[in-house]
Amino acid sequence: MVSEGSTRLAAFDEMLPEVSGLRRPYEAYDRWLKEQDPARLTQKMQDAERVFRKTGITFAVYGEQEASERLIPFDIVPRILSGHEWRRLTQGIEQRVQALNAFLDDIYHRQEILRAGRVPRDLVARNEAFLPEMIGVKPPAGVYTHIIGVDIVRISENEFYVLEDNARTPSGVSYMLENRETMMQLFPELFQKIKVRPVENYPQLLRQSLAAVRPQSAKGAPTIAVLTPGSYNSAYFEHAFLADQMGVQLVEGQDLRVVDGHVAMRTTEGYKQVDVLYRRVDDAFLDPLTFRPDSALGVPGIMDVYRAGNITIANAPGTGIADDKAIYSYMPEIVEFYTGRKAILGNIPTWRCSEPDSLKYVLEHISELVIKEVHGSGGYGMLVGPAATKKECEAFAKKLQAKPSNYIAQPTLALSTCPILTEKGLSPRHVDLRPYVLVSDRIQIVPGGLTRVALKQGSLVVNSSQGGGTKDTWVLDD
Amino acid sequence: MLLGRTANGLYWMNRYIERAENMARLVDAGLRMALTRTQNASEEWNSVLLSAGSDYAFSQKYQDYTAANVSDFLLRDTSNPSSTMSSIETARNNARMVRTALTRETWESINEAWMSLKRMLARPIDERDLPTVLDAIKRETALIRGSFYGTMLRNEIFDFSQLGTYVERADNTARILDVKYYVLLPSLSWVGSTLDNYQWESILRSVSAHRSYRWVYEADYKPTNIADYLILNVRMPRSLTFCYRFLGEHLKFLADDYGERHACHATAEKIQALLKRGSIKDIFDHGLHEFLAEFIRDNTRLGDEIAQDYRFH
Repeated sequence: MVSEGSTRLAAFDEMLPEVSGLRRPYEAYDRWLKEQDPARLTQKMQDAERVFRKTGITFAVYGEQEASERLIPFDIVPRILSGHEWRRLTQGIEQRVQALNAFLDDIYHRQEILRAGRVPRDLVARNEAFLPEMIGVKPPAGVYTHIIGVDIVRISENEFYVLEDNARTPSGVSYMLENRETMMQLFPELFQKIKVRPVENYPQLLRQSLAAVRPQSAKGAPTIAVLTPGSYNSAYFEHAFLADQMGVQLVEGQDLRVVDGHVAMRTTEGYKQVDVLYRRVDDAFLDPLTFRPDSALGVPGIMDVYRAGNITIANAPGTGIADDKAIYSYMPEIVEFYTGRKAILGNIPTWRCSEPDSLKYVLEHISELVIKEVHGSGGYGMLVGPAATKKECEAFAKKLQAKPSNYIAQPTLALSTCPILTEKGLSPRHVDLRPYVLVSDRIQIVPGGLTRVALKQGSLVVNSSQGGGTKDTWVLDD
Repeated sequence: MLLGRTANGLYWMNRYIERAENMARLVDAGLRMALTRTQNASEEWNSVLLSAGSDYAFSQKYQDYTAANVSDFLLRDTSNPSSTMSSIETARNNARMVRTALTRETWESINEAWMSLKRMLARPIDERDLPTVLDAIKRETALIRGSFYGTMLRNEIFDFSQLGTYVERADNTARILDVKYYVLLPSLSWVGSTLDNYQWESILRSVSAHRSYRWVYEADYKPTNIADYLILNVRMPRSLTFCYRFLGEHLKFLADDYGERHACHATAEKIQALLKRGSIKDIFDHGLHEFLAEFIRDNTRLGDEIAQDYRFH
């Protein structure tokens, strides 16, 4: 029996590829690993779980009423990238992030790219993620998407692809930080032996970055706050963590209101002006007066304050149009249009099911492809063809035919693997990588990111909501 | 700068931590009475429930005032919002909400208390295990208090937390006294029968003061001394005067920090003046029950005023 989402593809292992043996970035780690007593490592694995549970690093899983708080499994074998590999990646990411912001600015102003016919007008105009309310609005400092998580997969020594651009409210950065913290607690000697570039200044960089895009109306040092939907949200731990690490207030919609043309928070001494809001609330819930009227998570009237230029909202409303899965397939064109160069980081070939020829191809090859909902996220509502039964494929084909424009398809890639520690020793599992990018007057990428790992043997689904785990990600200082 | 919602979370987090422990203390005292006095045990459990303010809710669910029923209801029943389990859960939810205001040590101690009590109280408690469970509850709350006092900065966050602790504690001590006020009245206790001795000891046990009483007063229990100890003694950490000394202090810190006084300051001062003015004899002359009833009312009002004055909602 084949477990869900699993395939039998020959994958490139980042530590021990079959052809060439141990890869260089892993040499020092491998030496250390061979000296370790396996029993001690098993003990460390349990220690790690205890650390996470004690500190309450949990996430809520939607649809599971009983286990309302769960841990994301953590594997103690790091995923290691050389300095050289990282430099190449960052060039590609920077270019892409520049293009994303330029695209957003264009889409909400002159729409040159649509006029030039490089992206179909309908795809933007009829897209739910496109916010007409943002047309003509210039965000403070001209930045639309301030915090981006670019999901990258690797399939060979030199082939990296962007799987997804998360330009709305990418999550997971707290795991990047806590994973490192945990690794340093568990194996302090490793970090003395191997020079790993630090990630722990991320909260500081985030704060500086948010301060740099403050509105002109902010007098002196801007007041920054993190807006969370509340303690029942699945990513609440991260919201609290980031606010805490940045030393700013963690606010909910009920704490905020518009006072004299500014957004203000209710403190024990009355209302205090907020200049920059790092919101972890979706567009639709941001302002009940502009968007969903039933939302209690947002701030009535905040969009008016925003349009008047009196608050920075990070990320800006309407950035979802840039990471929409249908737009994704046009990213190579978008990158070239705004940067004048070919995209350094490639896209995964994508069939847009809205196009009749593509739909035909996808239906004929359904058992070989990965098919995703255009607006879906978190690994929900997708089909991994090679792992699905005939019945599942047929059922999915029906959904696909009913609303083709709702889907895209991609070849099933043999994502690279990285070993995890199991009871029987090292065993390869598929991984992806989400580096975090900060945009203000400059672009900064913390050397590392979140490595997500599919814990089930052969599985390609790395999402935490679907049984994925995480690893500490090392960028070597070489 | 502190969000009103955060101040509210801190205040209630601490009220519930205090409550979780108080429930264990009340059950402890009840258990002691039941063990040493086989007659009228159900009456004793009834007064434990009255002190916990849970008498009515209990009677909706149970017929018999037995050790098993009462301890289950006060310690582990999650349909009782004041049970130890409910309280620790509410405290932890509040802590989660205000997590950015807490030190890592404080948060972890609350989270660990919640985890360990959840495990311990998952199944009905065997009567033989009851003392162990009660000890565990007191130990967990002591650990929370220890990490809190040991690591928290003494700022407004600390002040609001302490306000929660002492408003809850004052309420608890006053209720315990009020439920048993009649055994403290001179006319009834004149003889000082064995029966009264048990009652008096029970009161002291409910506030964990049966040993320290003897350090302060003579070895024999005397109702006026007990009342004096629990109401007026300035060094007894669960006395009304002690609670109001600290409530007054933290409210003053807030007024100084913010440069503003509110209705809650006047109320706290009024209660403090009342406690300072008289001797225990005056209180008895005035009427112990009347005094306690008024105190409980004023204390509740203080809580409401704090919430309003500092924009909790």
